[in-house]
Amino acid sequence: MAETNRPGRLIVESGTKPYLPPYLKLRHDKGRDRWILLAPERILTPDKIAVEVLQLCDGVRSVDEISQTLSEQYSAPVELIQKDVTELLQDLADKGFLKAF
Amino acid sequence: MTTELKDHVGDVNDHLESVTVDDEPTSGVTGEDNSLGALCARAPIGLLAELTHRCPLQCGYCSNPIELERVNKELTTEQWVSVMEQAGEMGILQVHLSGGEPTARKDLEEIVAAAARSGLYSNLITAAVTLKRERLEKLKELGLDHVQISFQDVDPENAERIGGYPGATAKKLEAANWVTDMGLPLTINAPIHRQNIHNVGRYIDLAVELGAQRLEIAHVQYYGWAYLNRAMLMPTYEQTMQSVDVVEAARERLKGILTIDMVVPDYYAKRPKPCMGGWAKGFMNVTPAGKAMPCHAAESIPQLTFDNVADRPLLDIWLHGEAFNAFRGTDWMKEPCRSCAFKEVDWGGCRCQAMAITGDPTNTDPACALSPYHGEMAAMAREESRRPLKPYVYRNPKNAAEALKPKQEEAELTPAE
Repeated sequence: MAETNRPGRLIVESGTKPYLPPYLKLRHDKGRDRWILLAPERILTPDKIAVEVLQLCDGVRSVDEISQTLSEQYSAPVELIQKDVTELLQDLADKGFLKAF
Repeated sequence: MTTELKDHVGDVNDHLESVTVDDEPTSGVTGEDNSLGALCARAPIGLLAELTHRCPLQCGYCSNPIELERVNKELTTEQWVSVMEQAGEMGILQVHLSGGEPTARKDLEEIVAAAARSGLYSNLITAAVTLKRERLEKLKELGLDHVQISFQDVDPENAERIGGYPGATAKKLEAANWVTDMGLPLTINAPIHRQNIHNVGRYIDLAVELGAQRLEIAHVQYYGWAYLNRAMLMPTYEQTMQSVDVVEAARERLKGILTIDMVVPDYYAKRPKPCMGGWAKGFMNVTPAGKAMPCHAAESIPQLTFDNVADRPLLDIWLHGEAFNAFRGTDWMKEPCRSCAFKEVDWGGCRCQAMAITGDPTNTDPACALSPYHGEMAAMAREESRRPLKPYVYRNPKNAAEALKPKQEEAELTPAE
């Protein structure tokens, strides 16, 4: 199935392996000193945390693994991180900006 | 680091702000006033490149000016390539390749390649009736990011009457399938007016069937040809409200499957739209002949003069061009805008609509309930929406010549006491 033909809503769970579809571009906007996510007719401005999460969305790591990595990096409880990551990714999926294996 | 993260737990939605037009300088930008950083922070984020006014369709709801620019006045390939390069350098992020029909330009490939090279996210806005699969494949290879295809209605017969192009629907459906087959994101554009407003629900079904990411329920905005044909396009208040309900129900049902953006008809609104996100705030438009304008209808304001990208750098026009500074910010405002709490929310609405309805572009947009012209405008819309439907004026060069002939002035609206 092509990238853009989706059967239904993606529900983000612990085993979900999320990735950004190729038509979404995460770029550093040098002139405005911020990260941006370019999408059809949209420009999203992810904050520092969101950028770190998005950079780990490679279609190989699961939500569990992403949360574990961030938990170690920030010395924060993994349950808190996982809740935050899941909500962020679900929000992106509901906007149509996230795919997953 | 922990504290920083904790600050974000619980307010997830703050991680991602979605903006369509935004040039707010960030607090992180420092440096000399003439440094690249400072310039980028003040640059627009979106560029509408109207590559040509030629179009195989003849839709009477088109917002192009009546006076269509001729092919021999169009910018050259080198000039459009330079516009793309300058746009990338000055900090523009997205380019919308539009028209007319942008694929009527034989050099679209070179323009798309220049946009991609310059780091611009490119969006092809096409009627798709003359597009070939091989050409779309080539454009994708060259870096095209997104395709938007318009459907004049979901019923082929009515669609082809509205657009004045027999056989259009089959070609559009075929092209839409190529787009999704190639893994390109697809937007379906639905220009809504009284001749197709009953089909808003079926447009939503069509977009889902085609695998589109995004559907624009774009109620016609009354500029150019659409203004000329307004009475043949204006839906009733009741039809308008029903269509809004259908969209809102579908948005909930199709979360994560289809994004529906809606442009509402503001003749029935109480508050004006923040047109272009504010005049010369985040957006610029270049016409087929190279005129740089703050919005695509700006030529309807006779007081304005426009610089041409062939004569002056794009950034210089953006920062110092007369038309760009005419209504930038809030200093130009009169009452009731000047003392209004919403003046930096809606920016006084639309200058072109203020011009068209009140004859003065510095007036409050009459879509605003605080405008003395508001009641009359709404009454006019209601009255026009109930008139019997007659054929409208198709957008083509012959009708343009006819419409531009001098004729008796129509009576302008007078403000309420």
